[in-house]
Amino acid sequence: MSVTTAAVDTARARPADMLAAWVRNNAWTVGLLGFLALLLAFTKLILPSYGVTGVQGLAISVLPLALAAVAQAIVVISGGIDLSIGSMMALTSVVAAVLMKGQPEESGVVVVVGVLLLGLALGAVNGGLVVLTRVPDIVVTLAMSFVWAGCALLVLQAPGGGSARWLKDLILGSLGSEWVPKAAVALVIIVALIWIPVRRSQFGLSLYAIGSNRLAAFRSGVSVGRTRISAYILMGLFAALGGLSLTASTGIGTPVPGPYTLMSVAAVVLGGVSLAGGRGGVFGPIVGVVILQIIRTDMTFLGVDPNLAVVAQGFILIGVVMVGSLIQLRQSRA
Amino acid sequence: MSGSVRTGSTRNPWLTWAAWRGLFRDRPMIPLVGLLALLVVAVGLVRPGMVSPGWAGVIMRAAVPLAILAGCQTLTMLTGGIDLSVGAVASMSGFVVATLVSGPGTPAGIVVALVAAALAGLVTGIGVGVFRVHPLIMTLGMSLVVLGFANVWQLQMVQTGTGVPGEFRWLGSGMVLGILPNSLLIFIPLAALILLGLGRTGYGRLLYAIGDNPVAARLSGARAWQVLVILYIISALLAAIAGFLIAGLTNIAAVTLADWYVLPSVAAAVIGGTSIMGGRGGYGGAIAGALILTVLTSLISALGFAEAVRQILFGAIVVAVAAVYARATTES
Repeated sequence: MSVTTAAVDTARARPADMLAAWVRNNAWTVGLLGFLALLLAFTKLILPSYGVTGVQGLAISVLPLALAAVAQAIVVISGGIDLSIGSMMALTSVVAAVLMKGQPEESGVVVVVGVLLLGLALGAVNGGLVVLTRVPDIVVTLAMSFVWAGCALLVLQAPGGGSARWLKDLILGSLGSEWVPKAAVALVIIVALIWIPVRRSQFGLSLYAIGSNRLAAFRSGVSVGRTRISAYILMGLFAALGGLSLTASTGIGTPVPGPYTLMSVAAVVLGGVSLAGGRGGVFGPIVGVVILQIIRTDMTFLGVDPNLAVVAQGFILIGVVMVGSLIQLRQSRA
Repeated sequence: MSGSVRTGSTRNPWLTWAAWRGLFRDRPMIPLVGLLALLVVAVGLVRPGMVSPGWAGVIMRAAVPLAILAGCQTLTMLTGGIDLSVGAVASMSGFVVATLVSGPGTPAGIVVALVAAALAGLVTGIGVGVFRVHPLIMTLGMSLVVLGFANVWQLQMVQTGTGVPGEFRWLGSGMVLGILPNSLLIFIPLAALILLGLGRTGYGRLLYAIGDNPVAARLSGARAWQVLVILYIISALLAAIAGFLIAGLTNIAAVTLADWYVLPSVAAAVIGGTSIMGGRGGYGGAIAGALILTVLTSLISALGFAEAVRQILFGAIVVAVAAVYARATTES
């Protein structure tokens, strides 16, 4: 509901006020952007040669993580959680890799469309099970993560398969200036094409409504079950896009799920999306992914033991959630 | 509920939906043991002659670590939480002992491992109890931290080499007369402690109370944060003991050895009738759940299916069983 009042307010206000209101409403994201800027400056300081290649590598490694984070953010905003995103990405990635291997370039288009439909179907299965069985989403999606990972192993025993040339060209390399990696452009286009229309639609409003107060949403006429399933379907679409980006960036499919589920939860929390639902967007989580990835790069540059880097990531995740819940506790008391 | 069952279906009370619902709600052990018997019969049919006292011993031996880890999940799920760090903590404990065998000796290694596990549990408990971090996130993050430290430890200890101590091998994989696994020596006291603790002590009742209705528990004077901090320490210690047994069972010391067990442990607790929303369930069902999953694994390998099929079946079973419980326990 606060969305509509904010919109009314901003419609009347002057641009400067609008900016101030935006900053106030997105204080967390603005803070994150500031932190990102500091982090980039620090990176440049410790590694003066960090430049075009660094940005290119960053964009490629961020793309699948960012898509996973967007997928997770959508479900979390609706008040749920999905622990099977990593497995879904593995499954969609190997299906794409197996179907594209040795096939003509044009048939790749059919494969990509098919894999995206598969993603929608996987999301529908997850969402349908969560809504119909009334089993908590954590249990259902944790169990389904094993189902999808098993399916991925059935499709492909060991890493293999291939990718169509044009799909690789879509995200590898740069567009125009060397400083604009194609992977970043692809991410912006995907999110802009899918998320922004959703966010502005009635479905987007329902998504936030059921996340913030399910009973109130139900009483205001929102079809809670249908909206939850739709959130999972949209999540499946983004997971499939993430799987495709994995296949495209590596050229093969790997049947073992990567750390994407955990990283997506971390990025969502870091990105200011409340795990209780109804709050946040997809921009914050994407910034969160970039931050997590740069921290990892910096640690490698600094010669920190990669295992200690894992420890640091765990502590960052825990620390961010702790600070977040402390702020919420303060607010609920005040 | 029960009254209508008796009057409405005097002729054939077992065929009504309400009777089945009541059975799952009130006495989940009966259908669980029935399912277990059914699976054993299935194994006997698929591989005639496979079911024997020796086979039962092997099944029990494999089920004991899983049942202990299912205890971690049962206890935490009763309060509405979950502990996904059991895999990392169990692997770390077994690994730490294995690296310290040749130097300070096994007893010192066990102490170090238990202290490390308790520290991990303490941090998790403080995060969940004091800072109100969602247990899922807290334990996922903690498993990263524990795994990272275990890896660092591995690099430190690379020159000493590792070896699973003989005592663990005896406990984890030894059997009396080829029938009774030695790990029961650890498991029976632990299980009795958990069952009695849940049923007969104030602490056990606090776990149910906090999971069932946190606000009511707080208003009745329960200090949730203290209960939760102790709970996650207990859970980590149980995971460490399971880790010792797993290291002994497989004769392997590796930092990811027990990761495999995380989903099955949740599955065993869910199959045992413990609700992840808290306040409902018990440990007896989780033990039955661990046995069911182990027999099922045996059945799947007897049928010659691949690992992938096992994963898919495990996942599907968890969803199906949880759905049955959800139907049985909600009034509609």
